[in-house]
Amino acid sequence: MTSPRATREELERRLATYVGAAAGPPEVGRDPVDGALVRQWCDALDDRNPAYLDEDAARASTHGGLVAPPAMLQAWVLPGISMSRAAADPENRQRELHALFDAQGYTGVVATNCEQAYDRYLRPGDRVTGHTVIESISGEKATGLGSGYFIDTRTTFRDQHGGQVGWMTFRVLKFKPAAPPAAARERAAPPKPRRLRPALGHDNAWWWDGLRCGELLIQRCKSCGQLRHPPRPMCGACQSTQWDTLASGGRGSVYSFVVMHHPQVPGYEYPLVVVLVDLDEGTRLISNLVGVAPGDVHIGMRVEARIEDVDPELALPLFRRETSAGG
Amino acid sequence: MTTFTLDTSDEIGVARAVGIRDLTFFSRVPHGGGAAVGVVHQAAMAVATGAARTVVCYRALNGRSGQRYSSGISDGPTTSDLIHWSWYMPFGLMTPASWVAMFAQRYMHEFGVTSRDFAQVAVSTRKHAVKNPRAFFHGKPLTFADHQSSRLIVEPLRLYDCCQETDGGCACIVTTADRAGDARHPAAMIRGIAQGAGGDQEVMTSFYRPTISSLPEMDLVARQVYSISGLRPEDVDAAVIYDAFTPIVLWQLESFGFCAAGEARDFVNGGNLELSGRLPSNTHGGQLSEAYVHGMNGVNEGVRLIRGTSCNQPRRNDHVLVTAGVGVPTSAMILGKAA
Ligand SMILES: [Zn+2]
Repeated sequence: MTSPRATREELERRLATYVGAAAGPPEVGRDPVDGALVRQWCDALDDRNPAYLDEDAARASTHGGLVAPPAMLQAWVLPGISMSRAAADPENRQRELHALFDAQGYTGVVATNCEQAYDRYLRPGDRVTGHTVIESISGEKATGLGSGYFIDTRTTFRDQHGGQVGWMTFRVLKFKPAAPPAAARERAAPPKPRRLRPALGHDNAWWWDGLRCGELLIQRCKSCGQLRHPPRPMCGACQSTQWDTLASGGRGSVYSFVVMHHPQVPGYEYPLVVVLVDLDEGTRLISNLVGVAPGDVHIGMRVEARIEDVDPELALPLFRRETSAGG
Repeated sequence: MTTFTLDTSDEIGVARAVGIRDLTFFSRVPHGGGAAVGVVHQAAMAVATGAARTVVCYRALNGRSGQRYSSGISDGPTTSDLIHWSWYMPFGLMTPASWVAMFAQRYMHEFGVTSRDFAQVAVSTRKHAVKNPRAFFHGKPLTFADHQSSRLIVEPLRLYDCCQETDGGCACIVTTADRAGDARHPAAMIRGIAQGAGGDQEVMTSFYRPTISSLPEMDLVARQVYSISGLRPEDVDAAVIYDAFTPIVLWQLESFGFCAAGEARDFVNGGNLELSGRLPSNTHGGQLSEAYVHGMNGVNEGVRLIRGTSCNQPRRNDHVLVTAGVGVPTSAMILGKAA
């Protein structure tokens, strides 16, 4: 579509020209009402009414002969596969109307209501023609699917003698598809899996905050000076609850390590080297060793930490082989 | 009634199901497999004080079909437990095998232990399972080569260093010696039983002690069990040694004084865990090869050893050691024959 986007006012002015117009040329049934299509319909719906299927029973009934299921009303005028070529038909104003909506971004379409009424039973041999009018177009409505307009059409069905045999109203919504909610978007494009987050509480959140500020902290008893990791609220040596922190230089040596192969958890790269590091300050710490092949890791090797953002919300002190003498 | 805090079947649920009406005592012991003998300890204390006359100790889990132990730690409110795991989860150290492997690596480094020493534990235990119709690995032997070629799970541990994941349940009954005397089957007498948590204890991750090549909590339990029973290591004829992973068997042999620190590799390589050895151990096939029911199957095997009804019954069975989980606050007992 090349037509420029119209203002809403312009759009609605153009929409008004369609109201009351014929949706297109009369819809002439391709075939007369016949038993073959009735039987297929009844098979599909498991309808065993003898008035539709059993000639003798139908003749003996109040109908005096076979009749078609009333709900087939529209089926008699549907054009089959040629419906998909109707867009090329210059007289099809309903298609033109939909194209107008498409050009304005109302690309979605959904049928919302259909109502039918029947004046008489159709019988084999009847020929049906539909006359559809665009009856009304609503103002713009906000819906769960997106903002859009309801289009109501009304089709009158007539027989070969011009007598009305029934009518149908049909309502569709032409809408601008709303952006899917965040959750649905995430389902559509799963984010890169991330490492498990630490659970944060009074006793550890400050340590993780320290990493975000670029510091690897060690808890220190204010009373006796003992360092402790992992942190806890009281000094086990002197029972003091007063503490402050020391920023570690991040250097140390590997006290022990493992290389994880199974199970592989999303968010981590395997084989994953996990090290237990003896920091030079005297405490131990679990972390990962990066940039060293698993086979080259050994107990006692010198390492240094670099605080890295492993994702936008998580900074970790990842260790590498020590590159320079202490500083 | 006593069980593990991890058990998903609660006491009153079990009581209602089996038709127990007046339940005068119930208690749960935390820290996974460390509770295996702890539940018996609780039961024994309840019987001794008169809080209960008969106590059922049980553990049931769908370790294979349900929540698997290797599946990591789930979200929840911020408890001290979650804060603890937060020192490990972000770094990917989140499975029992990985925690044990960290201790094992250091132990190997300090004492020159190798994966072949761990294999010895797996192979000798499997020999017992092969003859146990209840064992998952009944009739399925394991060779050294099988062990050494099995895939790496968490280096230095291989597949056959790790126990199974099992759907199973076990229970035992603790009561007074008098009442036990009236029972259909002979009872085992609890000669000494204890729980223990060491200094600077964590759950599976006590990485911050001066050394991580020994088990202070199991040392504490061993001291108490020997002290209460008046027995010594040389009095113990057979053992059920908690074996969620092969290296932990070595450490416990040292804790209970069957060998000196760092010498367990020689003990196991000498065939001492087998029926003909000094300390026939895990005669049911252990958790490595019978089933992983958090050590409760080991408690029952301990009773069978005393009764003389094990599938792999050693000749001498006056005193049997049964231990519980390693790396956690734990427990153990020595069973003897009823008077
Ligand atoms: Zn202090």
